Amino acid sequence: MTKLLEYQSKELFKREGLNVCPGRTAASSKEAEQIASEIGCPVVIKGQAFITSRAKAGAIKFAETPQEAGEKAAEILSLTIKGQRIEKVLVEKKLALKKEYYAGIVVNDALRSPMLVFSSMGGSGIEELAAEHPDKVILQPIDILEGLQEYEARNTLIRLGIEGEEIQPLAGLLVKLYNTARRYEARSAEINPVGLSEDGKFYAVDGRVVIDDNAVFRHPELGIEIAREMDHPPTRLDRVAYKVEANDYRGTFYFMQLETEMSGPGYVGFHGAGGGGSMMGMDALMRAGFKVANFCDTSGNPPASKIYRAVKIILSQPNIEGYFHSGSGVASQEQYHLARGMVKAFRELNLSLPAVIRFGGNSEEEAINIVREYTKDLPAPIEVYGRSTSVDYCAGRLKELIHAQKTDVSKRGEQDVQL
Amino acid sequence: MAILVDQTKTVIVQGITGREGSARAKLMKDYGTRLVAGVTPGKKGADVHGIPVYDSVAQAWENVGPIDISVVFIPAPLVKNAAMEAIAAGVKLLVLIPDRVPLYDAMEIAAFARRYGAGFIGPNTLGVISPGKALLGMIGGRAASAREWFQPGPVGVISRSGGMTSAISYYLTQAGLGQSTIVHVGGDAVIGMREADVLRQFEEDEATRAVVLFGEIGTTQEEEVAALVKEGKFTKPVVAFVGGKAAKSGTRFSHAGAIVEGKRGSHETKVEALLDAGCRVVNTFEEIFAETAKVLRET
Repeated sequence: MTKLLEYQSKELFKREGLNVCPGRTAASSKEAEQIASEIGCPVVIKGQAFITSRAKAGAIKFAETPQEAGEKAAEILSLTIKGQRIEKVLVEKKLALKKEYYAGIVVNDALRSPMLVFSSMGGSGIEELAAEHPDKVILQPIDILEGLQEYEARNTLIRLGIEGEEIQPLAGLLVKLYNTARRYEARSAEINPVGLSEDGKFYAVDGRVVIDDNAVFRHPELGIEIAREMDHPPTRLDRVAYKVEANDYRGTFYFMQLETEMSGPGYVGFHGAGGGGSMMGMDALMRAGFKVANFCDTSGNPPASKIYRAVKIILSQPNIEGYFHSGSGVASQEQYHLARGMVKAFRELNLSLPAVIRFGGNSEEEAINIVREYTKDLPAPIEVYGRSTSVDYCAGRLKELIHAQKTDVSKRGEQDVQL
Repeated sequence: MAILVDQTKTVIVQGITGREGSARAKLMKDYGTRLVAGVTPGKKGADVHGIPVYDSVAQAWENVGPIDISVVFIPAPLVKNAAMEAIAAGVKLLVLIPDRVPLYDAMEIAAFARRYGAGFIGPNTLGVISPGKALLGMIGGRAASAREWFQPGPVGVISRSGGMTSAISYYLTQAGLGQSTIVHVGGDAVIGMREADVLRQFEEDEATRAVVLFGEIGTTQEEEVAALVKEGKFTKPVVAFVGGKAAKSGTRFSHAGAIVEGKRGSHETKVEALLDAGCRVVNTFEEIFAETAKVLRET
C-alpha cells in the first residue's frame, strides 16, 4: 500500500475538480512566511507525515500573520513524530467551516468491489464516532463496471438525511472522489473532513489516498519511489533492496526493515520464502526470544544472483547477532538457487555471525550439501537443516550458537558489509 | 470424489508458450490433468509438450470441444484481458496464477465473472490439486514431487499462503492423512474464491471428512468462515491456524477500512471468532497434524 501525503492527495483531488483550499508546501520557515503573505492570513500550517492525530502531536498550527506562520512552520519542521522527521509543511488559507462531514472510498475484500463510506459526522475521531453512531454512517457498494453515478450518490445522501442545497454539491463531490480513486487505483481515498465553508462550497479540508502497489507501474505521473506498505519512510537499505527488485522481475524479493533504530541485543537478520512461511519463521524467532530486524521474502523461483543480493542486504544491518533462513518447508521452487546465492554472499563477507538455515522443497538435499560443503572454512558457525527439522528447533539452535559465540569473545569478529 | 478438479475436467493453459506456462503445462500433463489445449495469440499450430496451441480461447473451444477450466500464466498487467476472454468464451472456472495483478483489475474480473456465472481462483495462487487425480497451476513444482508430497485421502486443505499450502499437505501425508483437494486461494486482498466459498464445496464433497485451514491476518475471510460454521452451513470439523501473530498491528491504511471492518481483521479477532464458532484453532504449525488426526478419529 503506497500512502500519499496530504498535499499529494489534494493534488489528485484538485485535478479531478474538487475544491481544495488555496496554499502550497514549504520546506523552510522563510518559504512558509512567503506563502502566507501571498495567500493572506489567517493560515493553517500542517506538517506532512504519515500519522493520524497530527493536531495532538503538535504538527498542525494556526497563524494570524505571515511572520507568525514562519515561526510556527519552524516549530513543526523541527519535529520528529513516531520516528518520522517532518520535512514539509502545507500552508493553506484557514477556512471558517459551518459543517464537517466524512467521505471515503475503500476497496472491500468481501464484496470484491469499491465501497462508498459517508458520514454526517466528520473530523477527528471518526472511527469511534462511526462505531458509536452507526445510524450516522452509510456504506454503499459501487459497481466497478458501471462506476458511481450521480443519482446513486444523491440517493445515498438522501437516505442518510442530507437535505436542501447540500444534496447536489455533495453528490458531485462523492462522484469526483470515486473518480479519483478509480483513476489512480486507490485502495482507499478519503476526505476528512469535508468542510462546508461560509461561501457555501464544500472543500476537501484534509485527505489521504493510498494507491494499490500493483498499479503503481501504470501511474508514473505519481512519481512514487517505493511502492510498498511501510510504517516508516524508507531506510537506505529499503531503497537499495527496492532497486534490486525493480531491476529484476524474476521471482519476488521483498525486504523491509522492521526497526529503524536498533539498539540492544537480540536482533536477528531474517530471510524467509513466501509470505506464510516467512510469518512462521518470524513467529518462531519471537518465541525463541529474538527481535526480528527485518522482513525479507524471496520466493517465486528467483535466480541465485537475486538471492545473493538479498543475503548481503540482510547481513549489512548493524547490530544483528545472527542470520536465520526458513521458508515454508515444502517449496515448489528449486532450493539450490537459494543455496548458491547464500554461499556467494557468505564467502564474500567471510561470514562470522552465526547462521541457521532451514531448506525445504525441490532439490533440498542438494542445497544442504552446497552450503555445508562451501562454508566449512568460514569463521561463522553455520548449521543447515531440511524440512524434517522443525522451525522452532532451528530458532533454538541459533540462540545456542549466538550464546556460545558470546561466551567465547575471541571468535566474534565484526561484520563489515559494503553494498 | 474431490472438488474443483479431477481427471475428467478439460483444462487449457493461457500463455502456454511462455517460460512458466510451458514448464507448468508439463507438470500438469505429467501429473494426469486432462490438458486439451494451450492458447497464445499468434501461435496457432504450435505444439507444447504434445499439446496443441490456438490463437484464442474461443478457437480452442471450437477445435477441442467444451473447456471446463483455464489456467492463466500471463504477465500480471495482461491477466484481466485474458481472464475476460476465457469467461466470455464460456469457461466457468479460471485459475489466475500471477502475482502483482492490480486490485482494480481483480475487481473488474470479479464483476465480469459474476455476470457470466463463472468463478475463479487467485490471483497470486500456486493452484489446486486433487491428489491422485489432477493438478492446476504450479503446486509441487515437478510431477514426481507432487506425487510424493500429496496423497489421496479425507482432508480438505485451504490456505492463503502458497508455501504453507504445500507444507501443510506434505506433513499431513507424512502423518498418514491424505487429502481430498488442496486449494491455495491466493495471497491478495481481492480474490475470486474465498476460504468460505471453498468450504461450501467441501461441505458437498463426500470424500472430505475434515478441513485444515491456514488463515492469515488482514481481510475478513476467517471471520466469514467462522460465521459460516456458526450458521451450520459447514458441518465438518475445521482445524485452523492463523499466521501473522508477530506482525505489527496498527498499520491500518485508512479510517474507511476501519469503519467498514470495525475490530475485525487482526490475529486476535480471527482466533476468537473461529473458536467461538467451534473450530479447532491450534497455536503452532506442528499441532495441526495431531489435531487433524484426532478430529478424524472422533468423526
